[in-house]
Order: sequence, then C-alpha cells, then structure tokens
Amino acid sequence: MRRSSGRHTPGPRHAEAREIVFDFLEGYDLLGAFWVTVQLTLLSAVGSLVWGTMLAAMRVSPVPLMRGFGTAYVNIVRNIPLTVIILFTSLGLSQTLGVTMGAADNFDTQNFRLAVLGLILYTSAFVCEALRSGINTVPVGQAEAARAIGLSFTQVLTLVVLPQAIRSVVGPMANVLIALTKNTTVAAAIGVTEAALLMKKMIENEAQLILISAVFAFGYVCLTLPTGLIMGWVGKKVAVKR
Amino acid sequence: MTEVSVAKDDVPATGDLVVLKSVNKHFGALHVLQDIDLTITRGEVVVVIGPSGSGKSTLCRAINRLETIDSGDISIDGKPLPQEGKALARLRADVGMVFQSFNLFAHKTVLENVMLGQIKVRKADKKVAEDKARALLDRVGVATQADKYPAQLSGGQQQRVAIARALAMDPKVMLFDEPTSALDPEMINEVLEVMQQLAREGMTMIVVTHEMGFARSAANRVVFMADGRIVEEAVPDQFFSNPRSDRAKDFLSKILHH
Ligand SMILES: Nc1ncnc2c1ncn2[C@@H]1O[C@H](COP(=O)(O)OP(=O)(O)O)[C@@H](O)[C@H]1O
Ligand SMILES: [Mg+2]
Repeated sequence: MRRSSGRHTPGPRHAEAREIVFDFLEGYDLLGAFWVTVQLTLLSAVGSLVWGTMLAAMRVSPVPLMRGFGTAYVNIVRNIPLTVIILFTSLGLSQTLGVTMGAADNFDTQNFRLAVLGLILYTSAFVCEALRSGINTVPVGQAEAARAIGLSFTQVLTLVVLPQAIRSVVGPMANVLIALTKNTTVAAAIGVTEAALLMKKMIENEAQLILISAVFAFGYVCLTLPTGLIMGWVGKKVAVKR
Repeated sequence: MTEVSVAKDDVPATGDLVVLKSVNKHFGALHVLQDIDLTITRGEVVVVIGPSGSGKSTLCRAINRLETIDSGDISIDGKPLPQEGKALARLRADVGMVFQSFNLFAHKTVLENVMLGQIKVRKADKKVAEDKARALLDRVGVATQADKYPAQLSGGQQQRVAIARALAMDPKVMLFDEPTSALDPEMINEVLEVMQQLAREGMTMIVVTHEMGFARSAANRVVFMADGRIVEEAVPDQFFSNPRSDRAKDFLSKILHH
C-alpha cells in the first residue's frame, strides 16, 4: 500500500496514533448517550416553553388566584436545587406515590420520563421569568390599544403582548435553553443513561481522565454553541422596531 | 322602483349615544373626575378642552372602561357599561379610540393592524377584512404604506392608520385623546383633515384637543374641564370669543398668546 504522505491525507501512521489515543472510547456508545441528552433537552425545552408561557400568563392575569399561583410556583421552584426536584420525581412521585408515567414495566423509560418531567417543572420557572421581563418591555399602550378594539384578555396576550415579548427575549431564552442542556446531566442521578452518566462510568473504568472530560466537554459545546448562535441571529431578525 | 335607503348616514338617527351620570373617580387621594354629567347625542362632535391634569384623558378612558369608575353610571347607546369579560369587550369594539401615542401594534404591518380586530372580534372573513382595511387606508390617505411596519411611518401616517384601525370596527362613537399632540407641526393638518371628514360624515366624536381651528370648524359643542369638573359647556364660537368662567378665560388667554 503506497500513499503519498500529504498534509491532508492521514497516513496509516496517523490512523494508528488515533487508534491508540482514542482507544478508551471503544466499547462505549458515546453517540447513543449524547442522543439521550439531545432527547432530554428537546422534550424538556418544548414542555418548559409551553408550561413557562402559561405560568407567565398567570403572573400577568387579572385573576388574583392565578397571579398568586404563578408567583408562588416560580419563587418556590427556582429556589430548589434541580437535583432535589429530579430526585423528588423519582423517589417521591414514582416510588412513593406510584406515578409511573405510563411505563410501569420499563424502568429506563420511566426514569427518562420522570427526568423530563423534573426538568420541565424546573426550567419553566426560568422561562416564565424571562418571558415576564419580555412582557415588561412591551409598552402598556400596546395592550390598551388591543383592549380598545375589543380583544379579550387572552387575545390581547396571545395576539399582541406575547408575540412582542417573545421577540425581545430570544437572547435570554437562549441562556435558559443552554442551561437546560447542561442541566440534563442531573438526570444521571436517577439513572438515565445520558452523556454524564456514561462519562462517570468511563472515568471509573479508564485512565484518560482529562481526555474523557475533554471529549464530553466538546460534546456539550457542540450542542449548546449552535443554540446560542442561532438564537442570537433569530433574535436580531425578529426584533420589534419601535 | 323605489329607492331603498340602507346607509345609516342617510337617516340621522337621533337620541343619546353616550351618557355619563354623576361619574366620580379617584386616583388615591386625587379626585380626578368629580360629578361628571355629560350627554352626547348621535352624530354630535364634542371637543373637550382644559388644562393638563384636569382629567380629560381619564374621562375618555372611563368611557370605554380602560379606567374603572368609583361611582355614577356610564351608558353607551342605552346600555350600561358591562363590568368585565365578553360583554365589555363587545362594548369596546363599538367605541373607537385614538391615542396620543398612536399605539399601533408594532409587530404587525399597517394592513394587519387594520385587519386584526375585524377578524378576531367581528369574526370577519379574511378577504373581506383585507378589502375593508385597504379601503379604509385609502380613505385616510396611507394606502401605499399597507405593507410597512408602523415604525417605518411618520407620526402623521401612524395616527391616520390608528384612525383606520378604529374605524374598521364600525364604531358607534370615536374617542380621540389629543390625537395631534405628539405630532410635528407639519403633520397635524393631515390628521385633522381626516377627523374633519369623519365629522362631516356624521360620526359621533369626543375629541380632546387644543386645536381651536378644528373645534371651531367641526365641533357642535366645547366642554371645558378643570380640576376634574366640567366647568363650562358652549358652542365653539361662543366659548372661544366669550367664555363665561374665569378658569376658561384664564386658560384661553394662555393658549392664545403663548
Ligand atoms: N394611572 C394613574 N394613577 C395615578 N394618577 C393618575 C393616573 N392617571 C392619571 N393620573 C392623574 O390624574 C390626573 C388627571 O390625569 P389626566 O386624565 O391624564 O389629565 P389630562 O388628560 O386632562 O391631562 C393627573 O393629575 C394625573 O397625574
Ligand atoms: Mg391627557
């Protein structure tokens, strides 16, 4: 086998070197683990955007009971460590109260769903607050004009206020989603086989601590960096001019 | 063939359209509306004038219940103002409001601004709403701006769009709260002309303004407010040339020779 050893074509010697250096990856389903992380992130993101928006609506609602619930929820949930919330979904909801999330016979699925639930409960408090700060940037005149043409409270919120509020919080929302991506590591606490759990296992079994950490750090950056870049671009694109 | 007249403008319906009876309102300790009695008949144009802080805006806002009142009654077309909910929203749709700061929906195009209420409140078909919106924009002279966003328009153009947006709901009465106060001088007339046109067509209007030219040419009546009270009511010529109260004399001398 003859090959020119150009700078851009990895020769057999390079391949060999790579094999030795990345040896420790063998036998581990790295992509699979990160795929679980992606799934955790995406499902929790959708859930917390929906629930967080509903919480924000409650916090600006004219009904005192709703406002009270929204405020209490946010202030309680965002002050509890995520680990405690995730453990609560597992130990409290599942093992004590018997909530199985529709997967009584499959522990992996059940834990995955409980982790998503915990992440949603937690992240939605931050989504709510980001949105609420966005609502505060919308001039009151916008809501008044909307009320004046006869729109109901829900219509004012969904057609006029929230669309403008969301546009102004794309940046802060990117922070919430990036934090969420990293927070999925906590799901390892209840045995969800996502990237952080795999990392723990690998560190226990292999010698290359720094390399392992670097590979995982790189994996997380690959997930979060595009979020920040894309949402930064979207944020500029959809900004409301006044 | 007999001519069937359906246009409401042809038959000037009479009767009281907006009635306020001993209306009181406080902001904390401030008694901002004090025993306001005011009746506006169908087709009438009333100009409300008075020093800053006298309660003119609050009066306007109370009429479509953007502001609640503490006591008294307000009724529109014989129906008392509903408390909250669907009925109140319906009533607000019948009362057009034009704000000093335009308040066009910043995330929607000019055309969408004029279509929104028709579709979401009046449940109009999209095509019908668009045709009507374009006709109204044409009427206020901004048809060519239909696809722009509010921030791309001049103040005068924005205010005319705001008038079109209110007219799109076929309101029974239009409230204007200092519609030209935020405008550069050269844009005031284009807005006043649209309002004058509306007045000629028989629209019932309550206009808070210090534009005396408009009051003289378009108003049936001037209502002078000071410190939360209606101090004087008169036809425009009489009010401007021969005010009765000292407060009005004082006020007019200030706005006439500034
Ligand atoms: N939301 C409010 N809260 C407290 N005070 C208010 C509020 N709105 C208006 N006021 C006060 O009520 C008075 C009348 O205001 P306004 O109706 O805006 O007067 P005008 O339009 O005649 O200038 C002013 O003294 C103003 O400061
Ligand atoms: Mg005012």
